[in-house]
Amino acid sequence: MTSWLPVALLAVPLLGAFLLLVAPSLLRPILPAYGMVVSGVTLALAVALVATFDHGQAGRPQATVDLPWVPGLDLRFHLGVDGISLPLVALTALLTFLCFAYLGWGDARRPGQLLHPRPGGARPRALVFTLLVLEVGMIGTFLALDLLLFFVFFEIVLVPMYFLIAIWGGAERRGAAVKFILYTLLGSVVMLLGLLLIWAQTGTLDIVALGQAHGAGMSRAVQVLAFVAVGLGLAVKTPMWPLHTWLPDAHTQAPTVGSVLLAGVLLKMGTYGFARIAIPILPEGAVAVAPWLGAFAVVGIIYGSLACLAQRDLKRMIAYSSVGHMGFVLLGFATLTTVGINGALFANVAHGLITGLLFFLAGAIKDRHHTADIPSLGGGLLARLPHLGAVLTFASIASLGLPGLAGFWGEMLALLGAFQPADVLPRALFLTFMAIGGLGAVLTAAYFLVMLSRATHGVPSVPLPVSAGTGPDDHPADAIVRPAADLAAWETPDERPVAPVGAVPEALDIQRYELVAWVPLIVLILLFGLWPQLLLSLTTPAVQTLLGALS
Amino acid sequence: MTTFPLLAVLLPFLAAFAGLLLSRWPRGRARQSNGPAAHVGGTPADEDSARANRRAAWIAVVPTAAAAVLAVWLAWGQGFAFLDGGARSVPVGDTYGAIDTGGVPISLTLQADDLSGLLGVLVTLVALAVQIYSIGYLKDDPRYPSYSAFISLFTSAMLLVVYAGDLLVLYVGWEIMGLCSYLLIGHWWEDRGNSRAAVKAFLVTRLGDVGFLFGIFVLGGAAGSFRIADVLAKVPEMSAGTLVAATMLLLAGVAGKSAQVPLHTWLPDAMAGPTPISALIHAATMVAAGIFLVARLFPAFAAARPTLDVLAVLAALGMLGAALAALAQDDLKRVLAYSTVSQLAYMAGGLAAGSDTATIFHLITHGAFKALLFLCAGVVIHHVGSNLMSQMGGLRRELPITFAATTVGFAALMGLPPFSGFFSKDAVLVAMEGALAGGLTDAAALLLYGCALATVAVTGAYATRAWLRTFFGRTRTVALPEPEPGTAHVIDTREAPPTMLVPVVLLAVPAVLLGFAGGLHLDAPVAVISVVLALLGAAVVYASWRSDPVADPARLLGPLRQPCEQAFYVDHLYAAVIARPIVALAGLVVRTDDTVVDGAVRGSGRSARGLSGLLRLAQNGNVQLYVSGLLAGVLLIVVGAVMFT
Repeated sequence: MTSWLPVALLAVPLLGAFLLLVAPSLLRPILPAYGMVVSGVTLALAVALVATFDHGQAGRPQATVDLPWVPGLDLRFHLGVDGISLPLVALTALLTFLCFAYLGWGDARRPGQLLHPRPGGARPRALVFTLLVLEVGMIGTFLALDLLLFFVFFEIVLVPMYFLIAIWGGAERRGAAVKFILYTLLGSVVMLLGLLLIWAQTGTLDIVALGQAHGAGMSRAVQVLAFVAVGLGLAVKTPMWPLHTWLPDAHTQAPTVGSVLLAGVLLKMGTYGFARIAIPILPEGAVAVAPWLGAFAVVGIIYGSLACLAQRDLKRMIAYSSVGHMGFVLLGFATLTTVGINGALFANVAHGLITGLLFFLAGAIKDRHHTADIPSLGGGLLARLPHLGAVLTFASIASLGLPGLAGFWGEMLALLGAFQPADVLPRALFLTFMAIGGLGAVLTAAYFLVMLSRATHGVPSVPLPVSAGTGPDDHPADAIVRPAADLAAWETPDERPVAPVGAVPEALDIQRYELVAWVPLIVLILLFGLWPQLLLSLTTPAVQTLLGALS
Repeated sequence: MTTFPLLAVLLPFLAAFAGLLLSRWPRGRARQSNGPAAHVGGTPADEDSARANRRAAWIAVVPTAAAAVLAVWLAWGQGFAFLDGGARSVPVGDTYGAIDTGGVPISLTLQADDLSGLLGVLVTLVALAVQIYSIGYLKDDPRYPSYSAFISLFTSAMLLVVYAGDLLVLYVGWEIMGLCSYLLIGHWWEDRGNSRAAVKAFLVTRLGDVGFLFGIFVLGGAAGSFRIADVLAKVPEMSAGTLVAATMLLLAGVAGKSAQVPLHTWLPDAMAGPTPISALIHAATMVAAGIFLVARLFPAFAAARPTLDVLAVLAALGMLGAALAALAQDDLKRVLAYSTVSQLAYMAGGLAAGSDTATIFHLITHGAFKALLFLCAGVVIHHVGSNLMSQMGGLRRELPITFAATTVGFAALMGLPPFSGFFSKDAVLVAMEGALAGGLTDAAALLLYGCALATVAVTGAYATRAWLRTFFGRTRTVALPEPEPGTAHVIDTREAPPTMLVPVVLLAVPAVLLGFAGGLHLDAPVAVISVVLALLGAAVVYASWRSDPVADPARLLGPLRQPCEQAFYVDHLYAAVIARPIVALAGLVVRTDDTVVDGAVRGSGRSARGLSGLLRLAQNGNVQLYVSGLLAGVLLIVVGAVMFT
C-alpha cells in the first residue's frame, strides 16, 4: 500500500538534481528556496513513512519494493524499512532539510550562506546538486535490501561528499578530500569482496533472505572471513580505531553542511551495515570477531577521548569525539545482545543529532571568527555571544552523555550490554571493556568541559590576529572591517571580521536561519532523552529478529 | 494523591524551562532593535534586566512553593514515622510505563514512602528558602534568570532521586544534579578559577557515578529488575560476592556525590559558586543524595559487611580530617564546606554502624542548620564584601539578626542542647557505640567511634573559632580591593534585605526545634560525653582567642596548621598522580595519531607513489626500449611454446 514511499524518497531528490541540469537558468534565481522545497518534500515523505509504519511489526521490513534489476545476475531492486532503518531514514531526510534551511533561509551576507551568489564563486547550483545526489545515496543505503544495491548506494555517497569537501572546503581541502575518498574506497573494495564471498557461498544477494537464514550454508571459516572483510569496509566508514585518520582531516576541511552530513549520516552508514549485514547474515563470524571488535571499540573510546583532550581546533576535537562515540556504538554491537545493539542503534541516532548540532555550532563559530582554534577564540563566548555559547554548552553536555538527553541512553545500554554479553562471548573480557568504556565516559566529560571552559568561560580577551583562510566562504584578510570600539572596558573590541559587502549590523549572535536549523535538533535531543521508548520500541523487535539464533 | 510525586518533580522541571526561555522573551526583541550595546549599560537594558529578574523570580518561587506544598502533603500522613522506626507505610505513587531496553526493563515509577516523604520536605523547603534568598542576593545579577532556572532544575533532579522507584530513574536525577552543580558553581564564569571549580565538581562526581552505574547494573542484573522494591526483595537471595561488589561500586557514587574521602575534593572548591548555591548543595541536594541512597538501599548494604567496614574507615578518616581542615581555613565558606564533609562523614559512619534512622535524622537536622549557616554566611559576605574571616570581626552589632541566627546554627552544629544537632548527633553516636559490640569489624568500629568523639571536640573548636572571628572582636577596617567576580560585589552597611532575612529567620526555627522530632531518645552518658567534648574544644579556642583576639586561634594546630589548611595535600596528590599524567598521555596520543597511525596511512600513499615511480621508469618514451621489451616478450613466448609442446 505504501510501497511507493521508498521509491519516492529516492526519486524526489534525484528528480530535483536532474531538474537542475535541464533547467539551470530557470532555477538559478530561486535556488535557496528550491533546495529547501525538494528536501522538504523528501522530509515530508519520510514523515509519512514514519506515520504509516506499522509499529506493531517493527521487526520485519515494511513498505517493500522488490523489482528485478539485472535479471541475468539475479540482482533485484529491493527496498524497504524496518525498525532499524526507519529512524535513520528520517534522520537523513531531516538533517538534509536542515542543511538546506541553514544554507538558504538567511540573508546572503550572513556567515555560512553558500547558496547566494557572491564574489569568489560559491557555485550555488552545483552545491544544491551535490547535496541532493548525496541525499539519494544516503537514503538509498538505508533503504536497500539487496547486498549489491546497498553497495551501490554506499559508493554513490562518496562522490558528492568528495566534491563537497574538495570544492567548498577550507584551506587544505584537496588533501583531505583525496584522503577521504581513497581511504573509504579502499575500505569499500574489501567490503565488496566480502559481499561477493557471501554471494558465492549462498547464491543470493537478498538481505532479508540471508538474514532469515542466519548464516546457513556458510561454514564458520567462510563466515569469519566474510565478516572480517565486510567489517573492515564498514569500520573504515564508522570509523573504528585505528582506521579513523581520514575523519579529522575531512571534518576540519569540510564546509559546515558537509561536516554535519558526514557526522550525522555518513558515519551511520558504517554502523548500520553492522546491524543490517554483518551481524544477522554472518552470526558465527560475528561471534568469532566480536571480542576483537569490542577491543578496538574501547581502545577507540579512550584514544578518541584523549586525542580530544589535547586538541586545539574545535572542529577537529568534535571529529575525534566521533571516534569515541562510535566506539560506544561498536561496543554495543560487539556484545551481540538485544540490549547492546539497541544501545548501539540509539547511540547512532543520538550521535547524528548531537554531533550534527555540534558541527553546525562549530561552523557558526568558525564563520564568525575565521578560525576554529580554541585559544584564538579568546574565551568568553558566553559574554560575547550568549545564545551561541548557551547552545554550545547544551550540545556539549548532550554529547558527554548526560541522562535526560539523547546521548545517555545509547552509552548506558551499550555498557549494560557489555555487562551481560551474549552467552557465547567471554564475560570477563567484556566486563573489562565495560570498565574501560566507563572511564572513557569520564574522559569524554573531561574534554567537553575543558573545551567549554576555554571557549565559553572567562573574560573575553582580544583574539589573536588570524589570517583569513582561502576557502570560498572566507573573506580576504584585508577586507576585514573592525567595528568601532564603543564597548565597555571588560568587553573586547569586536574582532569578528565583517563581510565587505555592507557591514553586518550587530553582534552576530544566533541568526534566524541558524535557529531554524538548530531548534529541531535541540527538541529531538530533549525528546529522545526524556522519552527513549520512542526509539527503543522501534528497534527492540527488529534487533530481536536480526539476532535470531544468538538471542 | 498518587500523582503528587510526579507533579512535585515536574513543577520545578517545567519552571526551569520556563525560566530559561520566557524570562527574557520580550527583551530578546528589544535587544534586536537596540543593538549590541543594550546589555552593556544604559537604562533600557537595566530596566529590561530588572524586569527579567522579577519575572524569573516569580517563575522560580511559585512552582517550588507548590512542590513544597505537595511534598508536605505527601509526608503529612506518616510524619516522622521513619525516625521512630515504626511501621512502614505503603508507598504513594504510580508507575508511568516502562522503557523496554531489550533486557531488564526500566520502570518509570515515582513514589513517596516514609523515607522519601521526609526527604522531599527537606529538599523543597530548603530549595524554597534558597530561591527566596537568592532574589535579594543576586538582585543586580544580569544572569539571575538562568541561575534561578538552574536551581529549579536542581530541585527537580533531587526530587526525582528522592521519589524514584527505579534505580535507573534515580540515576537520571543523580546525574542531572551533577550538571546543575556544574552550571551553578560556575555561575560567575568570568573568573577562570570558578570555571575550573565547576569542571572539577562535575568530573569528580562523574568518576564516582560511573562506579554507581555499574553498581546498579550488578544489582539489577542479580535481581532481574531495576525497581528498588524488587531489588530489595531479592537481596536475601543474592550471593555475598554480588552484594559486596554492588555495594562497593555504589559506594563510589556515594563518595562522589556526598563528598566522602577519597572523592571529597570538589566540595571545598565548589565554594566558588554563589553562597545560596552552597546552601542548596550542602544542605538539601547533591550531598544529601549519597546518604539518602545508602539509606534507600540499606538492606543491601547491611548484608554486605566488608562494604560497611570500608565505609566506616572512610568515614572515620573523613570526619576527623575535614574537621581539622575546617579549623585552619580562613575563608568562612570553606570552613563551612569542610564542616559539611565532616558532618557527612558522620552520617556515613552512622550508616556503617548500622542505623539508617539515626543517619537520616542527622541528615535532616544538618540540612536545616547547615542551610541556615550558609545563608547567614551569605549575609555576612554580602555585608563585608569578602569571604575571608581575617577581614571580618565585630559584626554582631551591625548584623544582630544574622548574629542570632548564626549562633543557633553553630550551636546546632556543635551539638549543644537543646538545639537540633544535639539530638541527632547523639543518636548517631549511640549507633556507633552500639557497633563496638558487633556489626562491624572491631578495629573499624573502634576507629570510627574514636574518630567520632575526637571530631566532636574539633567541631566545637572550629565552630567557636568561626563564630568568634566573624562576630566578635574589633571591626576590621580593611581597605577592600575591587571585589573579584566570584565574591559578593555589593557592600552594604545595613542588615540584609527582607528577601534574605526572612528565609534565614524561618530556617532558624527548624534548626532549633527539629531535634524534638520523632520523640526524645536520649542516651545520657553518650550525650554528656559529647557535650563535654564539644565544650572542651570550644573552651580551648576561646582561651586562645581571649589571650589575643587579633591572632587566629588556628595557631593552636602548630606545625599541623599548614597541612590542615591545604587539606593534607590531597589536591596536590591528585594533580600529580591523575591530572598531569592524563594530560601528558593526551599529548602523546595526539603525537602518536599524527606520526604513527596517520603516518602509516600517509606512508602507504607515499610508497604507492614510489612504486608507481619505479614502474614509470619503463614508460620513458624511448621507442628502442619498447621494441626491445616487445621482442624479449615474443622470444619468451616462443621459447615457452617450443619447450612445452
